[in-house]
Amino acid sequence: MRIPTLLLRQLMRLVLLLACVSSLTFVLMSNSPIDPVQAYIGADMLRVGEEQRAAIAEHWGLNEPPVQRFFTWLSAIVRGDFGTSIIYRQPVVEVIQEKFMSSISLLMIAWLLSGFIGFAAGVAAAMKRGTWLDRIIQWYCYALSSTPTFWAGVLLLLLFTVWLPIFPVGLGTPIGVRADEVSWLDRAYHMILPAITLSLVGVSHIALHTREKLIEVLSSEYITFARAKGLSGLQLVWRHGLRNILLPAITLQFASFSELFGGAVLIEQVFSYPGLGQATVEASTRGDVPLLMGIVLFSTCFVFVGNSIAEWTYRIIDPRIKEWYKHEA
Amino acid sequence: MKRSYLLTIISASVLLVVPLLLAALLSSKGLLSQLDARNLSPSWNHLFGTDWLGRDMLTRTMKGLALSIGVGTAASISSAIIACILGLIAATLGKTADRIITWLIDCFLSVPHLVLLILIAFAAGGGMKGVILALALTHWPSLARLLRAEILAMKVAPYVIISKQLGKSSWWIATRHMLPHLLPQFIVGALLMFPHAILHEAALTFLGMGLSPHQPAIGIILSESMKYISAGMWWLAVFPGLCLFIVVRAFDMLARSLYSIIDPSRARQ
Repeated sequence: MRIPTLLLRQLMRLVLLLACVSSLTFVLMSNSPIDPVQAYIGADMLRVGEEQRAAIAEHWGLNEPPVQRFFTWLSAIVRGDFGTSIIYRQPVVEVIQEKFMSSISLLMIAWLLSGFIGFAAGVAAAMKRGTWLDRIIQWYCYALSSTPTFWAGVLLLLLFTVWLPIFPVGLGTPIGVRADEVSWLDRAYHMILPAITLSLVGVSHIALHTREKLIEVLSSEYITFARAKGLSGLQLVWRHGLRNILLPAITLQFASFSELFGGAVLIEQVFSYPGLGQATVEASTRGDVPLLMGIVLFSTCFVFVGNSIAEWTYRIIDPRIKEWYKHEA
Repeated sequence: MKRSYLLTIISASVLLVVPLLLAALLSSKGLLSQLDARNLSPSWNHLFGTDWLGRDMLTRTMKGLALSIGVGTAASISSAIIACILGLIAATLGKTADRIITWLIDCFLSVPHLVLLILIAFAAGGGMKGVILALALTHWPSLARLLRAEILAMKVAPYVIISKQLGKSSWWIATRHMLPHLLPQFIVGALLMFPHAILHEAALTFLGMGLSPHQPAIGIILSESMKYISAGMWWLAVFPGLCLFIVVRAFDMLARSLYSIIDPSRARQ
């Protein structure tokens, strides 16, 4: 198969997926006990009369049957109109864009950090298999997967802002400084601790996976042969092991966007970092239905992009799969 | 080998029963505020210290853990049942059913889990009901996928085909050949859902979904503690989180050891 066909197929899958997720979301929301008019009015409850409520419901088309409402909503979304966020009083698309721009650097740094640290730890554990180093790394990974993400955040916050005041307590920028005066250094400084916390969470999966893979590779015949030639230690891994274990590791890391996003929701809440994760929590606790639906669809796309990149890396880099596709054509 | 697994299972079970027992034994007097015992650091009278209202943190933590374990149990049992039903339908009711369910599983797995939890908890109107519903409705996909794959693989396995040719009924094949193979997978899969469900319950309550602030849930305790850690009240955050960690870890080890014992391919080792 040629690349354009594959791309087209990928796109079709995304469209189908979004259709499925949006209809599930719609069914959930329309069966919800939450009254959208009530949620919209919020604190102004006493100042809005019955007629005005009816007018809002009429304006939103709430009196129409659900199927028709669904298609109205869907056609608006296809045109790129996700509605207006109730909390931010801005179009949902703009809110998501702005918040995501603030989150993306945090996500990227944490993602890269966890990838590198996890990979290195996995390689170290496999090379020193059965020693105390291996045992410590394995124990650490298993322990980490049982640790509540937000608790890890709270502990680090306690450690580095209260007991050893090295880092700021939270927020994306210093308090009392105007938005246009905040330098990127300030932003970076405020991002270090959340990014480290978020990366801690992602380490365990990739480290354990890399360890398994490298042990498998190290017991293969070509490694025995290379050992017989006199190669050992890092040189051996560098020449013969790395290429074999790098690809699955990269794929795994790209496929972890879902956990990354979930982690960011919790971490941003702990550190009051003004990103998309915090917006998700605010949207749900303050009843901002349009924003929440927008975020659900956006995060689905985010995860889909990660999975697609993982798939394509395999296609482009792995010689075996490249061959396979050639034969398929 | 088997002995050490058994030992792990017993000690993990003990670790899980302790909070349940303590939660039942400790009187709920500790949940009431005692204004003369505010902000006390850990001591023999208050092992985990007290909070800014003078509530005993040990009592709150144990009651919270018991609640978490209860919610986790309810959620993972219902999720396991959903997984079982959908997995069976996908594997036995033909291609269309299989395709629809596989697609549904893919859909569920492609929304970030936490976002899905928040969405369902929100749509259910929040509260305890919302949290349980969200947990129960989102933990089934991987187990359903596993069961489906196992059944499909078994349907073409030589021993099943031979059994069919020997004239055995499908009921006989299902109960004698498939069930003994599936049951351990199912039990362990359901048990491994526990740690996830409990961690997610804590995460949801931490984010302020669901439970009211008066209920002693670990997530709520930890999110409240954030206001007080800058005042140096570290015990509010450290002990409840540590207890949650121990419970989750115990469940995880319990499930893994159990798997090592009942998995037929490893049982002979």
